[in-house]
Amino acid sequence: MPEKIGVYICAGCGIGEAVDTAKLAKLATGELKAASVQVHPYLCGPEGLALIRQDLDGEPRKVDKIVLAACSPRAKTEAFVFPSELVVERVNLREHVAWCQPPGDEDTQMMAEDYLRMGVTKAQKAKAPAPAAEAVSRKIMVVGGGIAGLTAALEAAAAGYEVLLIEKEPRLGGFLASVRKRFPGQPPYIELAADGLKARIEEALYHPKIRVLTSTRIARTDGQPGQFDVTLATAEGELADRVGAIVMATGWKPYDATRLSHLGYGLSPDVITGVELERMAAQGPIRRPSDGKPVSDVVFVQCAGSRDPEHLPYCSSVCCLATLKQTRYIREDSPEAKIYVIYKDIRTPGQYERFYRAAQDDALNFFTKGEVTRVETLSDGRLAVTVTGTPLGADLVIHADLVVLATGMVPNSADGPAIRELKDNQLKVLHSDSAAQRAEAARRVEELKHHENTEILNLGYRQGPDLPVLKYGFPDSHFICFPYETRRTAIYAAGAVRAPMDGARAEEDAAGAALKAIQAVEMAARGEAVHPRAGDLSYPDFFLQRCTQCKRCTEECPFGTLNEDAKGTPQFNVLRCRRCGICMGACPERIINFPNYSVDMIAAMIKSIEVPEEFEEKPRILVFMCENDAYPALDLAGYHRRRYSTYVRVIPLRCLGSLNIVWIADALSRGIDGILLLGCKFGENYQCHFVSGSELANRRMTNVKETLDRLRLESERLRLAEVAINEYDRLPALIDEFASHVAELGPNPYKGF
Amino acid sequence: MVENGKPILVIGGGMAGMTAAIEAAEAGAHVVLVEKEASLGGRVARTNLYFPKLCPPGCGLEINFRRIKNNPRIEVLTLASVESLSGAPGDYEVRVKLAPRYVTSACTACGECARVCPAERSDEFNLGLSRTKAAYLPHAMAYPAYYVIDRAACPDGCTACQEACRYNAIELDQREEQRTYRASAVIAATGWSPYDATRIENLGYGRLKNVVTNVILERLAAPSGPTGGRILRPSDGKPPESVVFIQCAGSRDENHLPYCSAVCCAASLKQATYVRSLYPEARITIFYIDIRTPGRLEDFYRQAAAGGIELIKGKAAKIEEDAATGDLVVTAEDVMNGRRTAVRASLVVLATGIVPNTEGLPAGFARDEFRFAVNPPGLKGLYAAGCVRRPEEVSATVQDATAAALKALQCAGRSARHA
Repeated sequence: MPEKIGVYICAGCGIGEAVDTAKLAKLATGELKAASVQVHPYLCGPEGLALIRQDLDGEPRKVDKIVLAACSPRAKTEAFVFPSELVVERVNLREHVAWCQPPGDEDTQMMAEDYLRMGVTKAQKAKAPAPAAEAVSRKIMVVGGGIAGLTAALEAAAAGYEVLLIEKEPRLGGFLASVRKRFPGQPPYIELAADGLKARIEEALYHPKIRVLTSTRIARTDGQPGQFDVTLATAEGELADRVGAIVMATGWKPYDATRLSHLGYGLSPDVITGVELERMAAQGPIRRPSDGKPVSDVVFVQCAGSRDPEHLPYCSSVCCLATLKQTRYIREDSPEAKIYVIYKDIRTPGQYERFYRAAQDDALNFFTKGEVTRVETLSDGRLAVTVTGTPLGADLVIHADLVVLATGMVPNSADGPAIRELKDNQLKVLHSDSAAQRAEAARRVEELKHHENTEILNLGYRQGPDLPVLKYGFPDSHFICFPYETRRTAIYAAGAVRAPMDGARAEEDAAGAALKAIQAVEMAARGEAVHPRAGDLSYPDFFLQRCTQCKRCTEECPFGTLNEDAKGTPQFNVLRCRRCGICMGACPERIINFPNYSVDMIAAMIKSIEVPEEFEEKPRILVFMCENDAYPALDLAGYHRRRYSTYVRVIPLRCLGSLNIVWIADALSRGIDGILLLGCKFGENYQCHFVSGSELANRRMTNVKETLDRLRLESERLRLAEVAINEYDRLPALIDEFASHVAELGPNPYKGF
Repeated sequence: MVENGKPILVIGGGMAGMTAAIEAAEAGAHVVLVEKEASLGGRVARTNLYFPKLCPPGCGLEINFRRIKNNPRIEVLTLASVESLSGAPGDYEVRVKLAPRYVTSACTACGECARVCPAERSDEFNLGLSRTKAAYLPHAMAYPAYYVIDRAACPDGCTACQEACRYNAIELDQREEQRTYRASAVIAATGWSPYDATRIENLGYGRLKNVVTNVILERLAAPSGPTGGRILRPSDGKPPESVVFIQCAGSRDENHLPYCSAVCCAASLKQATYVRSLYPEARITIFYIDIRTPGRLEDFYRQAAAGGIELIKGKAAKIEEDAATGDLVVTAEDVMNGRRTAVRASLVVLATGIVPNTEGLPAGFARDEFRFAVNPPGLKGLYAAGCVRRPEEVSATVQDATAAALKALQCAGRSARHA
């Protein structure tokens, strides 16, 4: 049955003045064969909406697909609400035509007409997506039974969710189970808090919704969000369970102090780490390890390893507070002791400043900025600490009977992609035919060897058994606005494994991660994508009969959605999918498509553009742009009434990484004169919300340009530029500059073929 | 989500409030988001770039606005404030006052009202550094994208906008409205305000033209700001040749804010990069007590400091103006060299701190001695999140707000599984 498309054209907001809407209506009725066409001066108003609804109310419906030729799809979303089974396509005649082009101009009209053709074509090719209906488990698995893991488990359980809490050690509690006291997190921010962990452990152990497994590791995690099948190696043997989402709260370990011999570690039993002091304090009074006597002069060395490019380049965030807390222990145990704190900067953010102030008020505490250059033993067994770079000018030598190194935090993480690379290279060493390849693989194995046997989650993912790490081993989010963004859907890192943080922060972080885990299972149950395309019901279909096992899709998916069978055929996991379409862009066989976003659809849109003959001197420039950043930036340019070339035709993409290079060939063979790709910034500070989309597009373009050169088609006809959402100011000039460059190149020689 | 039939109410539509609302709603809860301004985004919308990535906040706002637009479980109220709160966890009664916008949801944001409007007003989005018409859109990316009429700025009897609006979206006789909501839990995410820098008398803000605050500099650096993104000094509109940043302007000071405002160090380092990229030759000096860039922000500190910034540990004692040039002389201690130093600057930026917006927070929320809201252990039903609770950077705010969403969800009765 032919599709019945309704085309509703708004003449308001300057559209009617800029273009001839009657002509647009004629185009829709004639060439585009719309079943119903209406023009209204205020389409989003009650009358305009009634016109549309009238076509939907009959039985059968007069139209089953709706094309709204009005404002940007970002505008008036609250007015244009239609039943979800209908395909709705929006043609941006306001921001992208009327507000940025000369009114009444022939070229402006051609632009509007092309956009209408493209929009109707898109609607013709689109099907309304049906959500993936999968049975999901709502159980949350929490990995790690320290403060973060305990909190995640208790908070998720308090919201009514079943929890599986696993801990590799025989007991719950982690680091905070063996501290004397905790930081002063509550007003007046001066008094150390009792640890309070015991009650929390009891609560978890006896909670009806929490199952605790200690001395347990994960042998394997298969499946996908809502359907993770975990195999656990427990003290009693293997155990299988199904969970819906995972919170990874594996905590931290202290930096290896044996690498700090320059600060005296190993020199004397009286040089200890902050963690060692904490253990001693938890068990009894603080004494000199060498002879068990009370301490009289204690030196704390801050940033022992942290903020040091040779050791941990980052700040471990909690060591200043930990030292302040420990000065309090020493004061409790040895009221007369003198305490020296040597620091780079004291970092006590927020209300914790009060705690620092209180420590400064202690007359026997001495704080100074400086750098410890030497720790030596004296003949009487005491220690001499040499400090340079203090405000006092000359070097300072402090005689002490206890030196405490405030060592930093190292995350207990595993780098999934690195582990996978290690394994791949180990296989190459064994099986590669080429000696050169074997040698190269052996070199990589050597470099990656420290990742051996570090697996935590043991994910059955093609892209590696654990979360990818961001930097310094932290599986943190790269996004400031979205600290829970994850590259493995429904798996969230929380607590000190994610970033250096204190126990109070770890508790909050864990509660947040528990919310994300709950949200992930609920969205999976509704068949919805999670952030950033939250709520999207569409997902790709793989026409595997034509798959050539090239593995580009399985390699390039930033979220590890695709596994491979033995032959290399992709195995799709819908609930891992984030619906960005990067796999669609990667596929040379064009067999990966969404119901409402496909290679064929965009190709047809390109084909629908009217390309004037060469003699008309009206070049055509196709602009593919990221719909989250570049597209709104162009809307903003429209809002500011900035003009740019009337020869451009914009096609928004879910992500520039979903760009399939066949579209470039399609466009050039259609006689399109130039193609501009606008994506998010890539590189270290990438802004692509699908991590690597714009970078992948850039890589694909390099290959395309080589092809163009071979075809003797100037590769400058193709350009990729990085655009951020706030660059609306720069965008029109960027487009115009490209347009004039294309004009200089002259018409596409394939025009008219 | 069925909950117990009552939504979660979130006060404040900045980063914390928006996040709490969206995260709870995507988990299945119904949410009412109450924002006192005419559009969402709060302080973040006024920020030029985030540290450490130097990326624009609009990118994440766009995603969050889209998440709100697509989510039928979120009701957004703007120009709204909470009048009173009563009840108990699981069942609160919240009275909300809605100030008139004078523009209805029929508005298409075509801008015709502003075009014909004869009156102007101070633009609070740009901290009063520019002016808008009395009929205005708060800013180009504003959500909801409806104009607002500032009736206080309207000439008597003027109806120009109403006559010009083709969509009958303007109602100049709109009245204040009261609504009562039942809520299962309430999240206070009312954010922060910059400390009033005029109170730091020795630093001359308000008296010396070329002394600005860090929040002002943020607008001066923004392409959407009053200078189109060029940082120009207020006295003569010239590019600064030298810029001095003064850290802890008010913060860590018993006479002003005894606490540390946590974000100002990284913010000043970021702003130094703004100055550096616009004016490669400018001399940049930062006076600080301690540089506080926790975690991976240390990388940002290292990179920024490598960009030719002079860092001097010491507090600024006073700032004097050279009346002839408008230049400033900052006298400060130089702790590491044990002396006083004087640095000449064409522009001085005060890294003013964060003051919690707890004024007007309904009864029931506890506060500490600094007036930050507190979440006492074991408290149910009422949660504070974001900078109203402690000074913190954007990602920590989002993290905190996500945690608050879970706490609220727990009060919403049964589990979200019954969605």
